[in-house]
This record gives sequence, structure tokens and C-alpha cells, in this order.
Amino acid sequence: MGQTFIEKLVDRNINKNSSNHTGALSDSHVTAPVKAGDIVTVHVDRVMIHDIFIPFVAEKFEEMGFSKLWDPDKVVLIYDHLVPASQQDDVRHFKTGDAFAEKYGMKNVHRSDGICHQLMTEAGYVKPGNVVFGTDSHTTTYGCVGAFSSGIGYTEMASILGTGTMWIKVPETIKVNIEGELPENVTSKDIILTLIGDLGADGATYRALEFTGSTIENMTVASRMTIANMAIEAGAKCALFTPDEKTAEYCQIELTEQEKSLKGDEDAVYYKTMTYKAEEFVPVMACPSQVDNIKPVEQLAGIKIDQVFIGSCTNGRYEDLEAAARILEGKTISPFVKLIVTPASRKIFIEATRSGIIKTLTAAGAVVTHPGCGLCCGRAGGILSDGEKVVATNNRNFLGRMGTSKVEIYLASPVSAAMAALKGEITLP
Amino acid sequence: METFKSKVWVLGDDIDTDIIIPTDYLALKTIDDMKQYAFSPLRPELAGQIKEGDVIVAGKNFGCGSSREQAPEIIKALNIKCVIAKSFARIFFRNAINNGLLLIENPDLHDVVKEGQEIEVHVNHYIKCNGKEYPIASLPQNLVDIINAGGLVQAMRKRNGLEPIK
Repeated sequence: MGQTFIEKLVDRNINKNSSNHTGALSDSHVTAPVKAGDIVTVHVDRVMIHDIFIPFVAEKFEEMGFSKLWDPDKVVLIYDHLVPASQQDDVRHFKTGDAFAEKYGMKNVHRSDGICHQLMTEAGYVKPGNVVFGTDSHTTTYGCVGAFSSGIGYTEMASILGTGTMWIKVPETIKVNIEGELPENVTSKDIILTLIGDLGADGATYRALEFTGSTIENMTVASRMTIANMAIEAGAKCALFTPDEKTAEYCQIELTEQEKSLKGDEDAVYYKTMTYKAEEFVPVMACPSQVDNIKPVEQLAGIKIDQVFIGSCTNGRYEDLEAAARILEGKTISPFVKLIVTPASRKIFIEATRSGIIKTLTAAGAVVTHPGCGLCCGRAGGILSDGEKVVATNNRNFLGRMGTSKVEIYLASPVSAAMAALKGEITLP
Repeated sequence: METFKSKVWVLGDDIDTDIIIPTDYLALKTIDDMKQYAFSPLRPELAGQIKEGDVIVAGKNFGCGSSREQAPEIIKALNIKCVIAKSFARIFFRNAINNGLLLIENPDLHDVVKEGQEIEVHVNHYIKCNGKEYPIASLPQNLVDIINAGGLVQAMRKRNGLEPIK
């Protein structure tokens, strides 16, 4: 019988490391081939810790009685949620992080380079077929290059730092097949929002989402990243995209035959398959205050808004800023709206500055802020107050996410967000 | 197996980790500093009213959202005995187990129980409410091992040949 993408990836991880028992809690013996439902111990290729949890990771790591990292080069520490500090307590996180990195010989520390998920792929920390864990739920993002990546808490992170291993239950897979060409002004954000609406916020709980079809093949790695990023919003453990030439170019590597074959077999067993025609997608938004409360933008047209946010690990990439600039070029945003644009990384900021995109956005009325998580986690300039409405390109519209619990957050693509900024109300692109 | 009677607080579906503990309070120094803000976007009064040994009963997808482990740690710090929900988001589920917070899945209790009511929990067997018994499943062995060790920190201490933290 064939294997799904995740079954194949986990199988290879276990076999590759079969002689390397570094001390997992329990070495579960699985006779190949690995199948969904197996509880196995995987060997971790890379981990990411961000500023908001580093003090807790450090504390748990030492409480566990470890005195060295399993591999300091495989650990990446990224300051993004609290940069620059907006509350006095934040500084403690930087100090703890720096001290931990110095004590245990970590070199991969990013203090002001941008958002963790952007940096992990952009800086080449993640490669196809890797097993990667991060202390952030949107760690599912690295599926965009064909890695298995998932979010965990700080205690499990501490245990990986000591052992290099983690137990997982191999998830069942939902296959999502999309064929054809997307209509103009419809983006990968509209695809993932539509999918979350169809699945529900718990529809993929403890399952992998495997994406296939010509629409996915024709999509940039950046667009795939948006989809992988939001897989967790349907509860998914991971999202997976088969590595191809675009992946190779993005990761600046030559793909091996084994990496190219990371895909679900024809006769693999899926939990279910969902099939979409790209032509049938329309611009949609997630309405307050649930990520699966999806409505076509057409139905929401005319809703007056106070602010627009374009940024985050979901949609702060170069192509997102470019899409917004295309709409705003030579125009001015509505006088009643604030537009905040936050590039996902310093590299993106530099590229968008060089190409003139930042100038276009600024001339149209945008405030462009430092790269980082910013407004998405409610910890930087731009928070809103009772009764205000915001159209935002990030991944969550939870109560209290961007200010008070009476802020209404509409999640949208950069195209729909830029259109809303232009008109001062939600409008169809 | 353990049996206890508890007063119930009832919450709805999709109680996310931002509701359990908003980002604003994540950088406070200790879990005890944070716990007064638990559930504040939804019910700011709740943290102050919870008494030791109470339980939370919720709908589906409890704990969805962030990987912030402060969420189960705060519920534990409020001395909540257990959370009973129709279903749990998996990162939260793992984080709770690793901190020794008992989670129970039951599809029916949420629809029949009222806030303030007392229920009787027979761990690994059933919950008694309104004179009726609602069955509950047992956890997989690898999770029971972690809970029995007293959480993942204690399990790792044992692996590293150290005495448990009291």
C-alpha cells in the first residue's frame, strides 16, 4: 500500500536515524512502513524559539537537568513578537534570550531581522523533508518547502533542546486538490480562507493537509507559504507542498530524487479528498470574531472601516506589498482610514525600498513600520479600540487580538485590504 | 481511579488561547501574575470567581490558536481540577498533558450541564450529571506515562537521573 506525504517523510526520518537513539522518553518500535495513527519518535532537524517564550524554555530546560544543547547549530532564536519593546517587561525576554544563547553556544540568533516564520525559510534554515518544531502555532508555514513543521509549547521545546527528538502521532491526511487558474485579484489567501470556512476551525484537527494540483504547482513559494501558515487555523498539525523547481530556487539548493518524490502515492489512504476548481474562487474575508466565519467580499461591501493592516507571517511578503502597491499606485487612501504596512523581514523591506514599492505605499498614505509581528499580536503601534473595524492580512481575528475585545477584525488578502484602504469601506476588488 | 465532585463553569465553542490569556499579559514575570487575566476578553470577572477544585466545561475545539503554554499553566494555577470539552485543539492538548492538567473529552455533557451546577467525575470512566452517567475514554499509554511522571519536566529529570522537583 502507498503512503501519504507525511507517512513517507516520517518513515525516512526514522530510518535515516535508526541507529541514533539519543534518549527519547520511549523509543517506540515501528515496523515500516509508517502509517497514520502510529506514535513514533522523530529526530529533529531544526527548531525555532521566539522571544515571547525564551524565558520559559530556558527555565524548563534547566529544570529538566540538561547542561548542553543537543546541537546548538540546529537551534534558531528569533526576536519578533516584542521587537521593538512596547512594554517594560519585554526587555527581560531579550536579556534572558541573549544569556541563554551565550551560555549554550548558539549562533543563530536574529534580533531585528523580521518574523520568525519568514526568516526560517528565507535564511535557509529549513529544507525539503526536514522535521522542524517551533514555539509558535504558525510553524506549519515551512510546509511550503516540503518540510514537516508544527508548533509546540515551551516544555516540549526544552525537551527537544536536550534530546533532539520528539514523539508524534503520525496524522491522517486531508488531500486538497486545486486545478486551474485563479481569477484576477483572487490570491492564495482567498484559497486558504475558503478552505478554513469549508472545514471549520477544528475540521483538520490532528490531521495533515496535503496540497496538489496545477494551481498549487503554478503558485509561488510565497503564496504557498500563506496557505501553509494558516493550516493551523483549521486545527491542522501541518501543511505539505511537494518540493519542485520553485522550491529549489527559493531554498537555493539542487533537489535530490528523494526530495522530489516527497508526495502522496497514488494508492495512499486519505482521510478525505477535497477538490476545487481555481476559477470558482472569489475574494473572501473571515468576519469577526472567528477564523471560519467566511463570507464573500461581495456580501460585505459597504462596511465602513477605521484601519487596514498589511503584514504578518501570513501576508507580509514582497509579493503582498507589491499587490497592495499595484492597487494604490498614484492614488490616495480614504481620509478616514489609517493604513499600516509591515514587511515580514528586513530583506523584504530592503527589496521593497529598492524597487519603489515602499515609496508608492507611503505616497498613497501608508505608515510603513519595522519588520516584525507588530499589530498582528497586538503588541505594537496600531492597536484599536471599542467598536473600531479593521481589515487585516494576518491569520487570526480572535477577540482582543488587535486591541480591545470589541474591535472587529476582518481577515483578507492584501488585494482586498488595499481596496478597503482606498475606499474606506470593504469593497470588491 | 480518582473521583471528585466539582462546581462547573460553562464556556462555549472555540475558546481560543487569546481568550484564555491575551498576548498583552504573556510577558508578565510569572504565571501567578498572569492568571488574574484568564478569559478576560470574554469574561473578565471569571478568574476572580473560580474556586479551587472547580471544573470548566466547554464546547468544541477548546484551546485553539497559539502554542502559548501559559494557557494550560494558568488554568492549572487557578486550581481548576480539569477541563471537560467536546474536543480540544492539539497543541493545547499536548501542552496541558505536559503540565499535568487533566483534560477530558465528552461530546454530550456541554449540552446538558448548567453553570454553577455540581457534577461528579470518575476519571477514565464516566461523569455523573443530573443523575445520568456520561462515559469518558482513557488516554493513550505514552500520555499516561508523562502524567504519571508528574509532567514532562519531571519525566525528563527522571531520564537525566535527577530527583523530582517538589
